[in-house]
Amino acid sequence: MKMSPEVIAQYKGVFVFAQQVDNEISGIAFELLGKAKELASSLETKEVTAVLIGSDVKGLVDQLAEYGADRVIVVDDPELKDYRTEPYAHALASVINEYKPEIVLVGATAIGRDLGPTVSARVQTGLTADCTVLEIGDFPLVAIPGKEAEQKHNQLLMTRPAFGGNTIATIACPDNRPQMATVRPGVMQKIEPVAGAKAEVVEYNPGFTPNNKYVTIKEVVKAVSDTVDIMAAKILVSGGRGVGSAENFKLLDDLADAIGGTVSCSRAVVDSGWKPKDLQVGQTGKTVRPNVYFAIGISGAIQHVAGMEESDIIIAINKDEDAPIFDVADYGVVGDLNKIVPQLTEEIKKALAEK
Amino acid sequence: MKIVVCIKQVPDTKGGVKFNPDGTLDRGAMLAIMNPDDKAGLEAALRLKDQYGAEVTVLTMGLPKATDVLREAIAMGADKGVLVTDRVLGGADTWATSTTIAGALRNLDYDLIITGRQAIDGDTAQVGPQIAEHLGIPVISYAQDIKVEGDKVIVQRQYDDRYHVVEAKMPALVTALSELNDPRYMTPGGIFDACKAEITTWGRADLKDVEDGNLGLMGSPTKIAKASDKVRKGAGEKVTPDSPDEAVAYIVGKLKEKHVI
Repeated sequence: MKMSPEVIAQYKGVFVFAQQVDNEISGIAFELLGKAKELASSLETKEVTAVLIGSDVKGLVDQLAEYGADRVIVVDDPELKDYRTEPYAHALASVINEYKPEIVLVGATAIGRDLGPTVSARVQTGLTADCTVLEIGDFPLVAIPGKEAEQKHNQLLMTRPAFGGNTIATIACPDNRPQMATVRPGVMQKIEPVAGAKAEVVEYNPGFTPNNKYVTIKEVVKAVSDTVDIMAAKILVSGGRGVGSAENFKLLDDLADAIGGTVSCSRAVVDSGWKPKDLQVGQTGKTVRPNVYFAIGISGAIQHVAGMEESDIIIAINKDEDAPIFDVADYGVVGDLNKIVPQLTEEIKKALAEK
Repeated sequence: MKIVVCIKQVPDTKGGVKFNPDGTLDRGAMLAIMNPDDKAGLEAALRLKDQYGAEVTVLTMGLPKATDVLREAIAMGADKGVLVTDRVLGGADTWATSTTIAGALRNLDYDLIITGRQAIDGDTAQVGPQIAEHLGIPVISYAQDIKVEGDKVIVQRQYDDRYHVVEAKMPALVTALSELNDPRYMTPGGIFDACKAEITTWGRADLKDVEDGNLGLMGSPTKIAKASDKVRKGAGEKVTPDSPDEAVAYIVGKLKEKHVI
């Protein structure tokens, strides 16, 4: 299924799937635009294109421009109201076949992890899942001696964790286009939005005729949740099994209130039913990179660490001096959280009051 | 009703991870289990069988020792096992893997195909949707509930902040979340059946409507440039204070030093 170099040369530009839900653009779309801009700057074609798919979504175009899109391709059709695999895959695959991008980035969300594989199979190219690092470079990384001419340049190098974060692999897609990746939310940086920025807008509709692959949405059940977005928090006060009970999270709530932070948790806490899943940090939860991450009563299983190790400052409190969390903590304190946390809350209140 | 469940034998990540010199996984050197999402998919199929009556076939692609997970599935209640194994299929990425499995599925009758959402070794969640795409049937990913009514499958499809109740006309493919259920244990009778059960083994020649150029390492569009154990940032300081006072003073000191407070 390799493409010839002549065909590959026709594919130009970096495209981003601008995910929207209920006509609200998802944060991942802005993160991808930020990354796309950086990637495009080292490629021949510097243009960044957002692909906006939905029903009645044209009003969202300016927001994408402010976050870095030079061009927005809008596929707007009533069939695209709520996410369904088939009409969305048809939309994105048709855009790819029509506009031939060099790179397509999709968020590794519950939508993107369904859309990405379907589209990549349809347009017959490779897809790398859940990437955490994207760079432009050479493949192979080092030329094989005597075969220097075969080394390909300006390739998308996609790095991802596997085995629950135990290993890391860098993957390329040298002989097919587009080079496609799904990207973990919370990892790439958005740009500062440029107020008043405008993008070229292209409306494109490939036609939507329901077939056997169209499913029917019988009901949309939204989770009733008043919880905050832990991915946006600057300070996270995160608790693990060591906190002991749902009631005892009060200690962490108080600390978070005092320091202006947000409470999050490990998987064990969600499994015990102490906190809802949308507060979970880690491989099967969310990836966070706050300025300060308190890991309180969290042992630091590799799956948890994978979701928080990029935090600027990690402070761990754990009574087990051998807990693996101390291997990633900047500041580790061995001790009893039940004694330390309430007192810490009081001292922080005092320190802030003195300011 | 005929249900095919695609299962994968995966290395138990608790046992450590080993690589071949070419950067691909050395699966032979690690402990092997049935992938958890797949096991939940199998349980969902067995419940449909209990409720409506169904023939459940389990299919896996892998080394010959992957037969172990097929026998485990039969011991749980599956009716038949198919192993797809061939040296030319090794080193496949998700494109080549889904092409291979679709090629095997074309030999089988099915109303419903169930796969796990993702395997704990690759964590990609790509093979299920890609199989459906190759077969030209609808896919519903991230199933937290699966029901069948007549010729339709009705699924609770999980998203980040909601779920959709989605209905598809069969044949269809559904990818299962491990939260779907608690898989049953093998029964003594099932284990007896499993020992006697004949496992069908297919190689490259048995795959229907697939081209050599789409199989194995050579047919994989994604190539590994580098693979390694994760290098983590080093540990910082660790203190064992004599009293909570001392612990608090230490943390507050650091927060001030870093201008957090």
